[in-house]
Amino acid sequence: MKALLVCEVREGKLLDASYELLTFADKLGAEKVAVLVGSDGSVPQFDGRVYLADAATLGEYNPAAHKAAVLAAVEKEQPDVVVLCHSSYGWDLAPRLAAALKAGQVTEIVALVDGGFEVGCCNAKMRRQVRPAGGKAVLTVQAGAFAAAAPQGTPQVERIDVAADGQGLTFGGYEPAEAKAVDLGRAEIIVSAGRGIGKKDNVAVIEALAKAFGGELGASRPVVDAGWVDHSRQVGTTGQTVSPKLYVACGISGAIQHLAGMKKSDFVVAINKDKDAPIGEVADVLVVADVLQFAPVLTAALQK
Amino acid sequence: MKLLVCIKQVPDLESRFKPAADGLWFDDNDLAWRLNEYDEYAVEQAVQLKEQLGGEAELTVLSIGPDRVVEAIKKALAMGADKAVHVQDSAAHQKDPWQIASIIAAYAREQGFDLIFTGMQSQDRGSAQVGVLVAELLGLASATTLVGFSYADGVVQAKRELEGGLKGLVSLRLPALVTCQLGLNTPRYPTLPNIMKAKKKEIRPIPVADLLKEESLAPTTSFYAPARKGGGLVLEGEPSETALKLVNILKEKTAVLR
Ligand SMILES: Cc1cc2nc3c(=O)[nH]c(=O)nc-3n(C[C@H](O)[C@H](O)[C@H](O)COP(=O)(O)OP(=O)(O)OC[C@H]3O[C@@H](n4cnc5c(N)ncnc54)[C@H](O)[C@@H]3O)c2cc1C
Repeated sequence: MKALLVCEVREGKLLDASYELLTFADKLGAEKVAVLVGSDGSVPQFDGRVYLADAATLGEYNPAAHKAAVLAAVEKEQPDVVVLCHSSYGWDLAPRLAAALKAGQVTEIVALVDGGFEVGCCNAKMRRQVRPAGGKAVLTVQAGAFAAAAPQGTPQVERIDVAADGQGLTFGGYEPAEAKAVDLGRAEIIVSAGRGIGKKDNVAVIEALAKAFGGELGASRPVVDAGWVDHSRQVGTTGQTVSPKLYVACGISGAIQHLAGMKKSDFVVAINKDKDAPIGEVADVLVVADVLQFAPVLTAALQK
Repeated sequence: MKLLVCIKQVPDLESRFKPAADGLWFDDNDLAWRLNEYDEYAVEQAVQLKEQLGGEAELTVLSIGPDRVVEAIKKALAMGADKAVHVQDSAAHQKDPWQIASIIAAYAREQGFDLIFTGMQSQDRGSAQVGVLVAELLGLASATTLVGFSYADGVVQAKRELEGGLKGLVSLRLPALVTCQLGLNTPRYPTLPNIMKAKKKEIRPIPVADLLKEESLAPTTSFYAPARKGGGLVLEGEPSETALKLVNILKEKTAVLR
């Protein structure tokens, strides 16, 4: 078994998540070969071969050119699987590769089960096993599901040259994240509001609870998208990563992208009316209740 | 300008899921169904573009699935789509993303759409493959995970959401396809007059066999609930008692409450 690992570079730097691909390949028992569009300074450190296409000429985001670069490496190596991170880069590029190779794609793998790939579905409530039908397969792996390998060794670098045809698409650079008005990263206690609070007026109920705890208000994404809470309080992959001593999730289902931002919390309390909500998997205590009824009672109990 | 939006009907994610008899997907009895959230943003963006373009745009909505998906189609029509295609397939849930994309591409290829919108993924399967596969099959430029969109003179200016709040700016020359992410816009609620108007709009049925020529490349082989780690404590019951229990646990187990 041979795995071609598609590493990721952003603003000139290799992303650490690329090292998760090495771990995944080891778990598969596969020989590892890497490919990336980057520079000499951004190749992953491991004892193996690396195909390097030049980001300075191709651009960091140019899907058609990146596809061509990976396909050139596929041509040379004939891997059984092409593996990417399930990231904004990976989920954008993977289907392009799968289409070109007419290969089955498996998205967001969380585990390997005797020959099958396990993926989450139904908002992490259920799991599926997928077994690609012969030939090559294109895989994306869930962030954090396979702990990153330590950078180790010196790769043999081989350059690949492909044309930089953008196929109608032009990359115009990055827009930086908005400055954070609130640094949730330092908060010891965070009480977060999820969509389960129902409407904007109810944010006050969660705010009151946060205050009774002496903590900060956080939020899941739908609450932010709806404009109920400021973006600087969003917890998750596209919000802030937090590690408080206590995290209280109010009416939050526990989607992967939310968990990614709060799973380093020391102690997690979830308040959810659904006993099966996936947040229960990471909660030290799951209170099965209507948060709008329960939060005021808890607030009062804390104030005593 | 010809616009297409691809939509999927999904179950309410707050439902309890249990495997169906075939063990490959969930049992779809007793579920409430709705329009995939990501697709709502796609429909809204397409309708906004149609409004911007005035009379010269025509917006088609397409959905693959059993009879019930007509409900999702009607919602999109009531939001402002002009007409619809229902690819009739009672076994759509067994198709992999490659097959679903092939069906859409087979339809779209004949129609020559200038711009296609899809959600970035479905809420139930979460494969995030169909949109880009359709674009690749049709040879269109495409960009994923849009949280910003504007259009002028044959070019889409888009903002892609990357990790940690960073955004990637891209421009796409038509014909093109974009996949839409949460927060791209605020989807409108269909008004009663628009719901009534939608009833008169055309929904063209096409049997899936007319469009599907591909075998599955990534079949599901089993479907089940994740093994419960079962570490956490579950508290149920009367709120005031539960609240006291919780406060005591926090005092005992954490350093934040004393
Ligand atoms: C690329 C990408 C990036 C993303 N980034 C983020 C991110 O940074 N942060 C983030 O949070 N999400 C992010 N998401 C979205 C994520 O997938 C989920 O959609 C989101 O986290 C769901 O938020 P929620 O749990 O508040 O809402 P829902 O999933 O709708 O859950 C609501 C919960 O509330 C419960 N509930 C309802 N009513 C009550 C009540 N009265 N009392 C108690 N409980 C109740 C329900 O049982 C349910 O569990 C991202 C998604 C994508 C695709």
